[in-house]
Amino acid sequence: MCLAVPGRIIDTQEIGDSRIGRVQFGGVTRQAYLDFVPEANVGDYVLVHVGFAISRLDADEAERTYQLLDKLGQLQEEGLA
Amino acid sequence: MKYLDEYRDPRIAHALVHEIARRVTRPRVLMEICGGQTHTIMRYGIDELVPPQIELVHGPGCPVCVTPIEIIDKAIAIASRPDVTFVSYGDMLRVPGSSVDLFHVKARGGDVRIAYSPMEALKIARATPHRKVVFFGIGFETTAPANAMAVWQAQRERLKNFSMLASHVLVPPAIRLLLRSPDNRVQGFIAPGHVCTIMGFQEYEELVRDFRVPIVVGGFEPVDLLEAISMLVAQLEDGRAELENQYARSVSRAGSEPAQRLMRQVFEVADRKWRGIGMIPASGLRLRPEFAAYDAEKIFGLEELSADEPKECISALVLQGLKKPVDCPAFGKGCTPEQPLGAPMVSSEGACAAYYQYRRIL
Repeated sequence: MCLAVPGRIIDTQEIGDSRIGRVQFGGVTRQAYLDFVPEANVGDYVLVHVGFAISRLDADEAERTYQLLDKLGQLQEEGLA
Repeated sequence: MKYLDEYRDPRIAHALVHEIARRVTRPRVLMEICGGQTHTIMRYGIDELVPPQIELVHGPGCPVCVTPIEIIDKAIAIASRPDVTFVSYGDMLRVPGSSVDLFHVKARGGDVRIAYSPMEALKIARATPHRKVVFFGIGFETTAPANAMAVWQAQRERLKNFSMLASHVLVPPAIRLLLRSPDNRVQGFIAPGHVCTIMGFQEYEELVRDFRVPIVVGGFEPVDLLEAISMLVAQLEDGRAELENQYARSVSRAGSEPAQRLMRQVFEVADRKWRGIGMIPASGLRLRPEFAAYDAEKIFGLEELSADEPKECISALVLQGLKKPVDCPAFGKGCTPEQPLGAPMVSSEGACAAYYQYRRIL
C-alpha cells in the first residue's frame, strides 16, 4: 500500500494550482503530481506513490550509501571483513 | 533501473549478511513495521538469509489489514446504493466485511471501480455529475496527503457529487502500544521509510527516547532491509538506543512540509479502531468539520455499525507480532487468499498472504 516507485521527471507543467510532471519508470511514462516536492526539477529522480511524487531522491546520499555498501562487498570478497 | 538494481545486488546483500553474523552474539527480535517491507523480506527470503539468532516479526503496517470491519461494512452499504459510484484502491475489494466483500457488491451489479490514485475518483466525479462518487480513503501517512489533495481540490472546484469514506491510521501510536504491552518481545524496529518520507522521523526520536529502543528508518529493497537489520544489530550489541536513518536517499528529519501542511488542513487526529488490535487513542485521521460536505459517513448518515471478527482467525496476534501466520490452525486450510478469513491474508502486504505466497511448503 505504501509502495512508491522511483522514476525520472522528463517534463513539468502547471495545471490549475498544481505542478504536474511526466515521470519515466523504465519504459513506462506516467503523470505525477509534484506539489509535495517543490524542490524537484526535470532530470531529478522522484519516488511516486498513488500518483504523487513524495520525495526527490538525493543522488549524493544514494551514491554515498552505495559506495559504502560496495566497499563492504569488496572487502568481504577479499576476505578482509 | 536506477535506484532499484543497486539495492538488489546479491554481492552487497551477502556482505551485509556476513556483517550481521559477525556482530550478533545472542537472540535478537526485530520488527519491520511496514507491510511493504514484510513483502520484501518474504519475497527474497531475508528471514532465512540472516543468522538464526535474528528473529524478524512483522508489524501492523498494512492499512488494508487494519481497516476496521465496521468501515468495510460501511463501504459495502454505500457501494450497494444504486446512485453511487464507489472508487477504491484495488486491495480493499477482497477484504471480508462481516458478511460479504466489495467484489460481491460489484458482482451483484454495484458500480465499484478500482483506481490507482484518488485523483482518478475526482475525474470520474467531474465526468458523471449525476452520480455520487465516493472514494475509499484509507492508508497510513504515506497516502494521507494524496487523499487530502483530492478532498481539497473537490472543495476548490465546488464539486457537489464527490465524497470520501476516510479511515486513515498513524504509525507512531501503534508502535507505542506495542512497546507498552507486557507481552512485547521486540528489541528493535525498522521504521517505515515511506511514512517517514512524508512525516520525517522526529516522532520516532521520541519513541527511542521514551522506550530506549533502537529504531532505524529503512527502505524497501533487500539491501535496504539487510542494512537496517545490520544497523539495529550493531546498536543492540553496542548497548545503544538511537534513531538512525538507513533510507537517507528519500527520508529527511523534517519530511515533506507541503504534504504535512495539506494533511493538517484537511484532516484532524482522531481515535481510531484498528482491525485485530482494537481502539488506539489518537491513532487516526478524520476529515475536519470544514470538509463535512465531503465526508461520506456524514452524507450517507450511516449509524454506528458493530461487527465481530471470525473466531478462528488469529490476525490480532499476527498484527502485533506475537504470532506467525503459520501458527494459525486456519492458515492455508480454511483461510487462503481466495477465501480469506482475515485481512492479512488479502493484501499482498499482509503477513499471512506473504507467507502463503512465498512459504507455501512448510
